Amino acid sequence: MDFTKLAGALWDGFALGALYALLALGFVIIFKATQVVNFAHGALASVGAYLVATLAVERRIPGRWTGGPDWLQWSLSVVLALGFAAVFGLLLERIAIRPMIGQPLFSVAIITLGLDITLRSVLDDFLGQGRALNQPFGLDGFVVGGVNLPHTQIVSTALAFAAFLAVAAFFRTRTGIAMRATAFDQEAAMAQGVRVGRIFATAWAIGAVLATIAGIFAAIYPRGSGNLEAGTALFALRAFPAVILGGLDSVKGAIVGGFIVGIIEVMAAVYLGTDYIGVNLGVGFQTVVPYAVMLVGLLVRPYGLYGTPEVRRV
Amino acid sequence: MRRRPLLRTTYASDAALFPSTTQKVAMVCLGVGAVLAVLGKLPFFGYLGTPEWSLVLARVLIFAIGALGLNILLGLGGQVSLGHAFFLGIGAYTAVVLGGSGAGELWGLELPIWVWLPASGVVAALFGVLVSPIAVRLRGLYLAIVTLGLVFLGLHLFNNMADIAGSPGVGRHWPKLDLRLWKEEQPLLDLTNSGRWFGVDVTGPQKQVLALLVLITVLAFAARNIARTRVGRALAAIRDRDIAAEVMGVAEARYKLIAFGLSSFYAGVAGGLLGAVFQVLTPDTWNLAISIEFVAILIIGGAGTVAGTLLGSAFVVASGQAIKEVTESLSRTADGNGIFHSIADFLVSQGSDFGLVSLQPIGKGLSIFQFNQLFYGVLLVVFMLAEPLGLYGIWVRIRAYWKGWPFTY
Repeated sequence: MDFTKLAGALWDGFALGALYALLALGFVIIFKATQVVNFAHGALASVGAYLVATLAVERRIPGRWTGGPDWLQWSLSVVLALGFAAVFGLLLERIAIRPMIGQPLFSVAIITLGLDITLRSVLDDFLGQGRALNQPFGLDGFVVGGVNLPHTQIVSTALAFAAFLAVAAFFRTRTGIAMRATAFDQEAAMAQGVRVGRIFATAWAIGAVLATIAGIFAAIYPRGSGNLEAGTALFALRAFPAVILGGLDSVKGAIVGGFIVGIIEVMAAVYLGTDYIGVNLGVGFQTVVPYAVMLVGLLVRPYGLYGTPEVRRV
Repeated sequence: MRRRPLLRTTYASDAALFPSTTQKVAMVCLGVGAVLAVLGKLPFFGYLGTPEWSLVLARVLIFAIGALGLNILLGLGGQVSLGHAFFLGIGAYTAVVLGGSGAGELWGLELPIWVWLPASGVVAALFGVLVSPIAVRLRGLYLAIVTLGLVFLGLHLFNNMADIAGSPGVGRHWPKLDLRLWKEEQPLLDLTNSGRWFGVDVTGPQKQVLALLVLITVLAFAARNIARTRVGRALAAIRDRDIAAEVMGVAEARYKLIAFGLSSFYAGVAGGLLGAVFQVLTPDTWNLAISIEFVAILIIGGAGTVAGTLLGSAFVVASGQAIKEVTESLSRTADGNGIFHSIADFLVSQGSDFGLVSLQPIGKGLSIFQFNQLFYGVLLVVFMLAEPLGLYGIWVRIRAYWKGWPFTY
């Protein structure tokens, strides 16, 4: 038993899980607050990462005015891009989702599916052969007991946990409580003076910001090549198994599900290789492992780990 | 009283395939029109007879067959499935293993079409039946997400079965659409080379489209009839309120199984045909985009109706070719002078200048494929916002207007 390898895989899976958890969290927040299953979440992540590529690498905004080390300039651009991503989320909600309030869940989900194709086909064109996101945190990392912890992963994981804490704190603010009330019962919340439309917009903005963080780190080392490509949206789709495993309507479930899926994916990549089980599962099989886990998980627990079983009247 | 258009006095007349003589006449006209269009003999639509458009028409019809299947599941049964591409793939690879030629590593039995075409549907249906228990446990959009996972699992499988699917990025050859009794040299019905049928010259591609027309007529009537039977009513009941349906004695698990089986059967047949018409397909053909395209066909055409499904596939699939031709003509205009030149120049990118669409796959402006995706993505949103019943809904409104004229209702 090679413990260094195991520990390395665990850390890698943990870091990957943090990204999935970010995506899943945004998805669940949108779903709980607005009752919309957002198939465009991958597109949101890609659009956000594209903003970073434009701001940080091509235009150097605001780095060209502030100066400073590369990673600082890059981080400032990321902050700016997160702001733009939030605005983008707001706009999307306002234009395409708001008119659908009161329509069946299915119709709104189809709309997000349409948005997904629309955004991705335009983005595909903008991306062309891929856009550079650079490697602001370098390609090396700290070595702790033989395990390599890349700087980027440390930053991304720390950022993810900061985001989880921020969301937890947000749920204790006035707006956060209003959002929880809206998630519980829209009409009752409205009767209490909650501006439900504003809550919807906030949820989409939060979702877009969280997806953007995940989208950026999915495209740079060690998860990506440092280039933003069309495949980033596919990465974001793998957050669906995380959501489903955790339970579609559970914030806690999204985070737990994200980590489970991330760790299983990396574990499968490391320990289901040809030299361990003697069977070649094919190139990139680890990317479909989350879906297989989801299928099995659903047969055991149809509403996920923390999801509430649906209670319905005839 | 007999002339009142919406007056039904018997149940049989209410459930009739064609409730009025007008509809029967319209169907015959449509059939004749379709055949003429395929042959390029329809006035104003002569271009439909060109080989390029024949291939587009074939694609339209094949997608219509697949969409008819999804319509049973989504339109009739209310089960949202994003996994349709997976079942198309299963059908396609069943077809190629049974009908294709086995050179080198590839598996292929070279059996005739009457074996591989039904078999591709049946095997896909079996896979559909295997998936259906999940649908019994999960409702609504949970199911959509799970079936989305199915597409990715399928893609991985197809990409790694070099014996069956050919190597990734290369693919393999599908059997041709010719009808043979067994493995004889000369086909009984030659559908690939041009020849004379009933005194009319037809090219190979036109023959294929005509054969597909016959097939889709059969399959569309079958789909329409399924909706009129016990199964169809049970599915509609499940769609409208599944718990209520179960309380009334509709066996949910059983009918969902039937729905998945039937829907996958259509998908499998469509997959096999797609391979046969386009000859070479790579393993990553069966991706999420295809699944979404099918959902788009249903939503844009009008979910739940056979006519809407056919309209939708014609619209969504043929729009790609239409966009291409418009772009080509615009790019020709862009070389000239005058106001039209400026507009065309603005819309079309030729290499490095600004433009919405470009004939080149890379560079400024969206490629035709990207623009087509954008087109149906936007339409999906617009139809859902403005006309959830799709093109069929628009037609119903026009019809209602003329039926009631001069009154508004």
